[in-house]
Amino acid sequence: MIWSLFAVQILNGLQYGVLLFLLAAGLTLVFGIMNFVNLAHGSFYMLGAYIGAAVYTASGSFVLAGVAAVIGTLAIGIVVERSTLIMFYSRDHLYQVLATIGLILFFNEIARMVWGPSAIYMRAPQGFTGAINLMGILYPSYRFLVIVVGLVVASGLYVLIHHTRIGMLTRAGAANLRMVSVLGVNIRLLNTVLFGLGAALAGLAGLMAAPIVAVQPGMGDNVIITVLVVIVVGGIGSIRGALYGALIVGMVDTVGRVYLPILLSQFTERDIADAAGSALASMLIYLVMAAVLAVRPKGLFPVAQ
Amino acid sequence: MRIIYATLMLAIGIVFNNGVFAQESVKIGFVGTFSGTGAAFGEDMYDGFMLPIERNGGKLGGVPVQVIRKDSEFKPEVANQVTDELLDRDHVSIIAGVTFSNEMLAIYQKVIGRGVYIIGSNASPSQLAGAQCSPFYFNTNAQNDQRAEAAGKYVTEKGYKRVYAMVPNYQAGKDFMAGFKRYFKQPLVGEVYTSLSQLDFQAELTQLTAANPDAVFAFYPGGLGVQFIRQWRQAGLAGRIALVTASTVDMLNLPALREDAVGVVPVAPWGPDFDNPQNKEFVAEFEAKYKRLPSEYAASAYDSANLLGSALAKVKGNLTDKPAFTAALEAADFKSVKGKFKFNHNHMPIQNFYVFQIVKDSNIDRYTYKTLSTAMADAIDAYQAACPMK
Repeated sequence: MIWSLFAVQILNGLQYGVLLFLLAAGLTLVFGIMNFVNLAHGSFYMLGAYIGAAVYTASGSFVLAGVAAVIGTLAIGIVVERSTLIMFYSRDHLYQVLATIGLILFFNEIARMVWGPSAIYMRAPQGFTGAINLMGILYPSYRFLVIVVGLVVASGLYVLIHHTRIGMLTRAGAANLRMVSVLGVNIRLLNTVLFGLGAALAGLAGLMAAPIVAVQPGMGDNVIITVLVVIVVGGIGSIRGALYGALIVGMVDTVGRVYLPILLSQFTERDIADAAGSALASMLIYLVMAAVLAVRPKGLFPVAQ
Repeated sequence: MRIIYATLMLAIGIVFNNGVFAQESVKIGFVGTFSGTGAAFGEDMYDGFMLPIERNGGKLGGVPVQVIRKDSEFKPEVANQVTDELLDRDHVSIIAGVTFSNEMLAIYQKVIGRGVYIIGSNASPSQLAGAQCSPFYFNTNAQNDQRAEAAGKYVTEKGYKRVYAMVPNYQAGKDFMAGFKRYFKQPLVGEVYTSLSQLDFQAELTQLTAANPDAVFAFYPGGLGVQFIRQWRQAGLAGRIALVTASTVDMLNLPALREDAVGVVPVAPWGPDFDNPQNKEFVAEFEAKYKRLPSEYAASAYDSANLLGSALAKVKGNLTDKPAFTAALEAADFKSVKGKFKFNHNHMPIQNFYVFQIVKDSNIDRYTYKTLSTAMADAIDAYQAACPMK
């Protein structure tokens, strides 16, 4: 029982990890190539959830909701990049942070005006609403769908980055942007495409999270901090790093949350262990990040220079 | 010519000011969270508060009132700043609303120190019910711990033995846990504190499933409640383990939860199905006006407006005699939508708490509370003994 419980917790960590990966992939590319800090990445996650929930409620088709969320956030991402962020590429990080925080406030208020301040409803797709018995433990079937979609997208991205021309340019751009632009590549266009792609992946993450979490204004704000930890741990600009970073953070967070209070209760009173364990567990991923930065300042899987 | 005309108007103005329009309106500052993640609470409170005022053409208890609405943004420092504006620029005599406890604590001393009244209808931290109680402070909701206390009593009386409890790891979470344990005295099978920013409770629910308790007590307000209840259902726990909640499933997030919340057992001092005439009037009017069912936060705010109305009528809008106005408020001479309602010596309500169940509405496609039983009659908060007021 103990071990099957542990196995299920590993599965939980994997599921959280793939969701983080969908968010981290886009952020790390934009950060790595244009050296651009986009804190508003969480807003695309929120918009993906809202668009997906609205389309799913109206049409009843989860696939259609997925298409709408991905295309919708892709379009919004491109418009935002072309209209606003393009002005901040040449500025330093402080301006970028200020501008993208402004965008977060803007999108949160837009969501509130359109959908209201309360959370909105989205059910899990037909056939994925219940739980299945896994080694004696009930496990929500929708979580499997999240894992499968996450792994499929990760494989797709691997092919895109390592076996296509745009992927080659992306990798080259992350390694040495100036050289790539000297060779006659339209680096602006490349960045717009990548930004749109990143936004679409965040939108997909939002859709996948929508039946699990509360779809409400500001839902992306907490997530983005964890995602920043992921890309710092994995190495900025590297898709591979984003994947491993996301899985590490997902596992560490999940396993830590469950087992730290149990571990602490061996040494102290249970009341203290429960509260302190939970507090310590929420710090755990930051401790991991600090450790990684101390040993390998460029992250665990940095882009080769 | 123009000067003569202006002088004439001025003269008319003076005459009228001394005559027909002598009664000045009472200024009320409504402080609430209207933006960010807590916005739904503030909006519902404000809508409930304004209902009796708008019904009576801008009057409460026959006295004209002017309500100045301020957004505290779920931030104590902003609450502090907007309260300064209300006190120094608008010179309000009463502050109403106040959504969250940290906001209330940020403004409390300054407001009562000025002899300005706070008629709170939501946030109710323990200090203000206890040692820091004041003749200028009233609350129509319930002390923060009380819903959890009533839930603890219900779980004990129901005979559940193996009980698990889950709350977010912050002040209110700890208060609810303490309140629950004050009335459920057996050791808990599991006691879990989750991070406030946590996206997902799946890991904790997996542990809970393995522990297989008879009943679970949970406190997850607002959006957290949506996440918790939904994941509870997806984990296949609905119907297998009794889920008793406080401030977790409410009329604000029920439209987002729908059938996922069916069978959940919330404990609260008020429900929309209460069978008293003033409640029926309130629910019908609220629904006609705002196209949704009111929440318990709207109900408490509605009560606070009616309480104010009753007191303003008694003193005829004259707030200069403070002991008289305090006495008028203490009398609580209004018809509460909760049914029984009176103030304790610490100006916290003495009221009943009820056990509800989430059911599908029989008439239309929506979900609502259904009263099951009384969890605690004439409940008194745990801090009142520390309040020196008589």
